Amino acid sequence: MPALSNNSTEKGPFVSLLADLPGGGKAFMGILLAATLYIIIGNVWIPADSFFHVPTYMVSLLGKYVCYALLALSVDLIWGYCGILSLGHGAFFALGGYAMGMYLMRQIGDRGVYGNPDLPDFMVFLNWQELPWYWFGFDSFIFAALMVMLVPGLLAFVFGWFAFRSRVTGVYFSIITQAMTYALLLAFFRNDMGFGGNNGLTDFKDILGFDLRADGTKIGLFCGSVIALLVGYLVCVYITQSKFGRVLIAIRDAESRARFTGYRVEFYKLTVFVISAVLAGIAGAFYVPQVGIINPSEFSPANSIEIVIWVAVGGRGTLWGAVLGAVLINWGKSYFTGALPDAWLYMLGGLFVFSTLVLPKGIVGTVPLWAEKIKRRIALKSSAADTGVK
Amino acid sequence: MRTHTLIASVLLCFLAICTRPTPVSADSAGELVSGIAQKSFSKKAAAVEKLASSGNENAALILNALMQGNLYRVKTDSTRVVLVLSEEGSLKISDPVTGAEFPSLTKSDLKKIRINNKVRSAIKAGLGRLDLTHIDPDRRLSAAAAVFKSGDPTMLPVLEELLSKEQDEHVKSAFKIAVASLQLINGQDKKIRLKAVETLQDAGGQEVKGLLSKAALQLATEKSEGSAEIAKAVEKALASVDRQLATYGMVENLFQGLSLGSVLLLAAIGLAITFGVMGVINMAHGEMVMIGAYTTYVIQETCRLYMPGVLDYSLIVAIPLAFLVSGLFGILLERSVIRFLYGRPLETLLATWGISLILQQFVRTIFGPTNKEVSTPSWLSGAWEITSGLSVTYNRLAIIVFALLVLFFLMLVLKKTLFGLQMRAVTQNRMMARSMGVRSASVDALTFGLGSGVAGMAGVALSQIDNVSPNLGQAYIIDSFMVVVFGGVGNLWGTLVGAGSLGIVNKFLEPYSGAVLAKILVLVAIILFIQKRPRGLFALKGRSVEG
Amino acid sequence: MFKLTKYLGKLSAATMVAAGVLGMSAPAATAADDVIKVGVLHSLSGTMAISETTLKDSVLMLVDDLNKKGGLLGKKVEAVVVDPASNWPLFAEKARELIEVEKVDVVFGCWTSVSRKSVLPVFEELNSMLFYPVQYEGEESSRNVFYTGAAPNQQAIPAVEYLMSEDGGSVERWVLAGTDYVYPRTTNKILEAFLKSKGVKDEDIMINYTPFGHSDWQTIVSDIKKFGSAGKKTAVVSTINGDANVPFYKELGNQGINASDIPVVAFSVGEEELAGLDTKPLVGHLAAWNYFMSVETAENAAFIEKWKAFIGDEKRVTNDPMEATYIGFNMWVQAVKQAGTTNVDAVRQAMYGQEVKNLTGGVAVMNTNHHLSKPVLIGEIQEDGMIETVWNTDGLVKGDAWSNYIPESAKLTADWTYPFVCGGCEKPMF
Repeated sequence: MPALSNNSTEKGPFVSLLADLPGGGKAFMGILLAATLYIIIGNVWIPADSFFHVPTYMVSLLGKYVCYALLALSVDLIWGYCGILSLGHGAFFALGGYAMGMYLMRQIGDRGVYGNPDLPDFMVFLNWQELPWYWFGFDSFIFAALMVMLVPGLLAFVFGWFAFRSRVTGVYFSIITQAMTYALLLAFFRNDMGFGGNNGLTDFKDILGFDLRADGTKIGLFCGSVIALLVGYLVCVYITQSKFGRVLIAIRDAESRARFTGYRVEFYKLTVFVISAVLAGIAGAFYVPQVGIINPSEFSPANSIEIVIWVAVGGRGTLWGAVLGAVLINWGKSYFTGALPDAWLYMLGGLFVFSTLVLPKGIVGTVPLWAEKIKRRIALKSSAADTGVK
Repeated sequence: MRTHTLIASVLLCFLAICTRPTPVSADSAGELVSGIAQKSFSKKAAAVEKLASSGNENAALILNALMQGNLYRVKTDSTRVVLVLSEEGSLKISDPVTGAEFPSLTKSDLKKIRINNKVRSAIKAGLGRLDLTHIDPDRRLSAAAAVFKSGDPTMLPVLEELLSKEQDEHVKSAFKIAVASLQLINGQDKKIRLKAVETLQDAGGQEVKGLLSKAALQLATEKSEGSAEIAKAVEKALASVDRQLATYGMVENLFQGLSLGSVLLLAAIGLAITFGVMGVINMAHGEMVMIGAYTTYVIQETCRLYMPGVLDYSLIVAIPLAFLVSGLFGILLERSVIRFLYGRPLETLLATWGISLILQQFVRTIFGPTNKEVSTPSWLSGAWEITSGLSVTYNRLAIIVFALLVLFFLMLVLKKTLFGLQMRAVTQNRMMARSMGVRSASVDALTFGLGSGVAGMAGVALSQIDNVSPNLGQAYIIDSFMVVVFGGVGNLWGTLVGAGSLGIVNKFLEPYSGAVLAKILVLVAIILFIQKRPRGLFALKGRSVEG
Repeated sequence: MFKLTKYLGKLSAATMVAAGVLGMSAPAATAADDVIKVGVLHSLSGTMAISETTLKDSVLMLVDDLNKKGGLLGKKVEAVVVDPASNWPLFAEKARELIEVEKVDVVFGCWTSVSRKSVLPVFEELNSMLFYPVQYEGEESSRNVFYTGAAPNQQAIPAVEYLMSEDGGSVERWVLAGTDYVYPRTTNKILEAFLKSKGVKDEDIMINYTPFGHSDWQTIVSDIKKFGSAGKKTAVVSTINGDANVPFYKELGNQGINASDIPVVAFSVGEEELAGLDTKPLVGHLAAWNYFMSVETAENAAFIEKWKAFIGDEKRVTNDPMEATYIGFNMWVQAVKQAGTTNVDAVRQAMYGQEVKNLTGGVAVMNTNHHLSKPVLIGEIQEDGMIETVWNTDGLVKGDAWSNYIPESAKLTADWTYPFVCGGCEKPMF
């Protein structure tokens, strides 16, 4: 894997970071900001019958992709830069989502079908007499927002603490992360857990007093997701550009040597793993109000594998490649499940095989290589032509 | 074949009449049969009972016809029952009693006489009592069981007489139990009843427990001679049977654990080769299992169409064929995709995940999305009753044996053949192996083919206990990975021990925690175990580990 | 200066990318006026494809048939099929796409409770119409959904009543086994209350939940066997979800539990599920539905013939959710004809009291609580994989949105006409 072309100062503050963004970074941020701006203008000010109008449906959809992009970014941070392949990152995403979902559930208040002001519908239904202790505090947005980061972070800390200390690496780590998300999937399926079982949390009404169905709220959530993505991106850039990030790359490329050089590998791994889990949790929190449901299937191992595939297709070890991969594949999924409902799995499966065989470094990693090759060939040809003339 | 049994049962009918001590009042046969045409199932069941005990020579024939849905009633005359048999494409409509044919009736004039569980039980009991004197001891055995279940008190004298004549030990004890059950429930004499309780207690088993509980309920309200004493005896017997059943329960639980373990072993063993030995994170492994299951389906359907005689043995034919088909798919996969990805295990994950999506959709396109029926051959159906109250199902037993056989042969291939030697050489040190003249490319292809083929054979076994659907593979892939990782990558013994212990632990937890929690606990245990032994139960040692 | 133009260049490139993304889906929005669009929202891949693909094909067949008869309101009817891939958030997304982008006039779709819950807010927000064709747990009545499958009182309670009757075997002891999700939970809750109201004691009821796709039934089946040997006639009421049924029944057969010993009555097992099974060991186990393929009526015979011809397979079977789709589709067609428009509000008004001939004889009537009145059939599994009726209700049974056996919901009324105009209120709104 190529290390990032790295010519920035290491201890520069966040502002100087912006100036020192690596190669594609500035373009990426520019494109993201411009697209966001256009989407807002296109939705609010351009009339609905115009070709350039952006329907609200599209805004929510794009908001979903942005959340996926942040999730992909979090996976890329640990996989692309530290070589930790987590096949259970969907679990952190889902936990963040559940924390937000619990807040949204509490906001419903007595507007549920049974009109119980204290308990969500599914608890009334299962004869629960009072709110279980772990639901306390979720009335408050601040508390919920804290939990969105704390719960996935804590799980990642505990899990990582054990795993990294006992030097569980490579495939073994991947498989036990898969076991973790699978165990959580089964646990959240249980109705006795108090998280709504298979139906999960749904039928949300409003967030911070804003009606979730209103166009304005949707645009707000979209903007929030974009900001989260941008901040997440900058955090990742900051980490990977710092000395800390260099150590991560060293661990990725030769873990034993890094350890022998005197670095406490497990400390680095644990830190980046927790940061990544928190980012995934935030992505989940923005995801839930936009799609309107959180249910245990988000924990399914297949989902987590898919996240890894987004990163691989976009380009592992290039931050905005992960974003590109997530958006492209999900957009393709949305489009082809409508356009080719019977054959889209062939397309998706084929894409994965194709991209591993032909684009081993992902789109972002491979296309510049090709471009360079072509450039060199042209240069060669022209120089050959030059010499020919002479 | 069917006519033979019919004739036999008609003959036996006569025998049954001979053994009956008192002749039954002779309702005319027609009247008896028309009772079957009544609408209420309870009345139908009563009519069946009456017919069975009437001693009518056609009773067995009529009851069998009713069971098989060949009796119809005429729409215009609801008391007229006719027998409809299809012979070589044409329908033969006749009177079940006299055998006279009615050429004027067509099927549209008729309505099928429906039966339900109640009627079905009555027929079984009725046919059972006709079978009590059958030449075949197995038939007598099931007849005794039918009488035991029906609890018909009128059978007591017949049974007692038969018991004294019976020679076969097995049948004799079955008769004894049946007699005891009738004596206990319906008897009046205290001594006989107490003796009956004793007999039952010695017999033991699930059904006896049911009967004893029933007796206990009955005795609680009964006010006959010595009912309190009998009730006490029953209670004691119940406790003893319960103890016996609890012991059997442990054995059964162990067997179930082994059975689950063998299923896990079968599902994982192919992966132990493709993943464990070759290092390919083969997400399409489950689909290889699925292809094996679909091969079984295709072969069974082909047999059904062309050679219905050997249908029962199609499963055996399917084993090598599933191995071949899945193996070929595996080789194709290795040659077209995986060989470009050696040394990049994580990328094999992505490519094989893509392939698994394609294969699932491929099967869905060809066979449709619905489940396919793979029937269980008769030699695998049912259960083997070790003693009364302890039985193991044949198909589970067969899967355990099959899994062990597969493992054994795989070991043999790895340890004793040239191919196995080359395979181990290539996986341990490719460069060195190549320099010794091993053609590593073809060894790779064959190894992957072997792993996939073994997965295909697992598919044959899984078709016996699970859905044959495009999602079959997905259900097993995670468990398979857990088993291989838990056991230790690259070690077949580890896979065996891993599968066995996970299965048994799961089954021992299940009664206490429920199925879901048991599974969660096992997963957590695996996670914790990996912390203790990061490379599984049987870790490979040496330099290759760090690679 | 140079930098600025470069930046502007990038900005316009970005805009073009954004427009491109949007453009891909924009052309579909221009719907032709001479077409009536019908959305089909059933999973064609993933775990639910097994059941739902059949319903997609059913809708396509019904649309095909309608077009052959000259269409609707003089227009051609077009089915728009999408694949929500058994992914619940994707259900919501696809529903929105069907309504907002494809501009469909009505949607037929969903199978699982969670998929319905996921799309519900979308249909309510955009005021569109969904026909939901599967038996379900009740406790819901949305203005925008018509429920053409059975509510618990149209399936579970009659089945239990039958088993309690003399004909059914006078069952006194009950195992309620289900998959752990909302439909079995609700049904079992209702059944428990019902059984207790009939004097069944606590110790005679065993409740057991298993996860989705549960495949190892050894322990549970032997538990059932033990529970059934207590001297009282025992039956199993199974709300086990489609996929897990095959291994469940296989285990039952192998452990030798006959229908005459311990009958199992299932609410999620129909002809389609049985087609994947060797039914010889299962003869006599029961199923409760509103439709069986074996029912002999002229309508049913015609429907089966049409279905086999459409799908091109002589062995394909029909099942209850297909009939529910058939009834829903025909009711919608009639309502559109009556209203003279596909406008959702007008069609909704026209739906109330709409009658369609059942495939099993008699008529189904749409009530103002958006549930159907239908006959209830109880059948026993036969050797050939068919289910034959052994008992049926005399008249129609009205589907209850809110069960009377759950205290919180017993006080709620669903009635979308004056004076209630509400899916679940204690008092009239007007």
